[in-house]
Amino acid sequence: MNGTQWAFLGVYFLLALIFPALPIVIAHFLGPRRPNPIKDDVYECGLKTYGSPWVPIKVQYYLFALVFLIFDVELVFLYPWAVAYDMLPMFAVFEGILFILMLGAALVYAWKREALDWYEPTMPEFRS
Amino acid sequence: MGAFLRDPSVLVEALRTLFLGWGLSPGLTTLLLYVLGGLVLATGPMLWVIFLIWFERKAVARFQDRLGPNRVGKFGLLQPFADVLKLLTKEDIIPAGVDPILYWAAPILSVAGVLLLWPAVPLGLGIGGNINVGVLYLIAAGTVGTFAIFLAGWSSNNKYALLGAMRTVAQLVSYEVPMVLILLIPVLLARSMNMQDIVRAQDVWFIVYVPLAALIFLIVSIAEIGRTPFDLLEAESEIIAGFHTEYSGMKFAMFFAGEFLHAFTIGILTAVFFLGGWRGPGAETYPVLGILYLWLKGFLVYFVVVWMRATHPRIRIDHLLNFSWKFLTPLALVLLVVAALLDKVVVDLGTWPRALAHLVSHGVVLAVTLQIVRAWARRLPRPVVSEPRPVARPQPQPQPTGTGD
Repeated sequence: MNGTQWAFLGVYFLLALIFPALPIVIAHFLGPRRPNPIKDDVYECGLKTYGSPWVPIKVQYYLFALVFLIFDVELVFLYPWAVAYDMLPMFAVFEGILFILMLGAALVYAWKREALDWYEPTMPEFRS
Repeated sequence: MGAFLRDPSVLVEALRTLFLGWGLSPGLTTLLLYVLGGLVLATGPMLWVIFLIWFERKAVARFQDRLGPNRVGKFGLLQPFADVLKLLTKEDIIPAGVDPILYWAAPILSVAGVLLLWPAVPLGLGIGGNINVGVLYLIAAGTVGTFAIFLAGWSSNNKYALLGAMRTVAQLVSYEVPMVLILLIPVLLARSMNMQDIVRAQDVWFIVYVPLAALIFLIVSIAEIGRTPFDLLEAESEIIAGFHTEYSGMKFAMFFAGEFLHAFTIGILTAVFFLGGWRGPGAETYPVLGILYLWLKGFLVYFVVVWMRATHPRIRIDHLLNFSWKFLTPLALVLLVVAALLDKVVVDLGTWPRALAHLVSHGVVLAVTLQIVRAWARRLPRPVVSEPRPVARPQPQPQPTGTGD
């Protein structure tokens, strides 16, 4: 693949944005517009929203994101190794596997530190 | 016509000569051809999704013992068109307090993220995607959808939407890890990130080599598009509609179109990575035939996805995350190590022995996994619903007090 074909991707990227944007814009101008305060209100089962929705979210979500970040960045390094597999001596293959095992160790560490457990302090203990 | 069937690139060359004949410069001609190619590549899926919506509604209805759409046109085939007309003329409600730029960008990105996957897909021999880092591109482009969903939830100024978006990030991010891991296996077997090469390497389909990897890829892909049983991001019984609570009209339709198209796209991707892509009888001689084969295989996998949607209940979020981190990820790591070790030994044995060796290794891994899961499940406390109460005795027994809830 040469540079010009990446130019195709660039053109395609623009098209991929324009394609879904067109119906939305057309619908925006075709449809009627009769806003009123009740219609434009936040949907919350008929209740008034209490406070701002942009509040701090519990840290658990970010923990998952952090663990993911470590894994994803490391895993991308394995792709060149897989592509060059034929050219590698057995030694290099073992090195790659060592790398994977280190990832495994990271997973075990996160597991043992309970970073992967969904902590639900208010959830009652169900008899399940 | 026959020349086109044998080598579709003659069409491109004919168009190029035509444009050059009009007196356009070579650079402009190339640009024009790119735009045309892009239009064809983007229009195909966008039109196909109209049929998919009809198909899915009909199929799910049949699974649930309903009729599905059957009023507009034969078999309700024109129903999606009626829906499009209705959505086009629907009032565009933009709730007060939304973040306007992100609110508008989210549905657009949702579809664009799916369309961006298509240039990497090899449609036939010499047709379609030929990117040398195709798989990497696929992973990168696949994350755009996550952005879209999170932007939608964040910009909506709605607590339910934000909850849905947060769940999305936790879920999609968790399932991204096994997906990247499992995609390494076809790359390793084909020794290339180019998806065209991956298809060409499948003299024997990779599902025969690595059936577990194919299964994991399918499960993880279903989680990535957020479909039942992994549709926590729009769990309607808990958080109204999740990230698209505040969306209506055409913007909502775009989210839906994106989801349906993504479901079909993962069918196509599963076909490319594990079911031999465009390969089939005569596909080398007539590359156009390859498109048909790919379409059929992709549609088959898509049907399985719809089937799962109609069959399984939604799973709880802690189960969902545990399934990814504590089951799929370790399993994928083990499969990758096994494949890497084994392939060095069996690579010279020829196609079928190599495939069988991989197959046997997967059988062993599966057996060990099942044993471990069983041992783990036995250690769990057995579920107790209530005290055992004998029911078949003639004389009345004293009722247990206080424990029988």
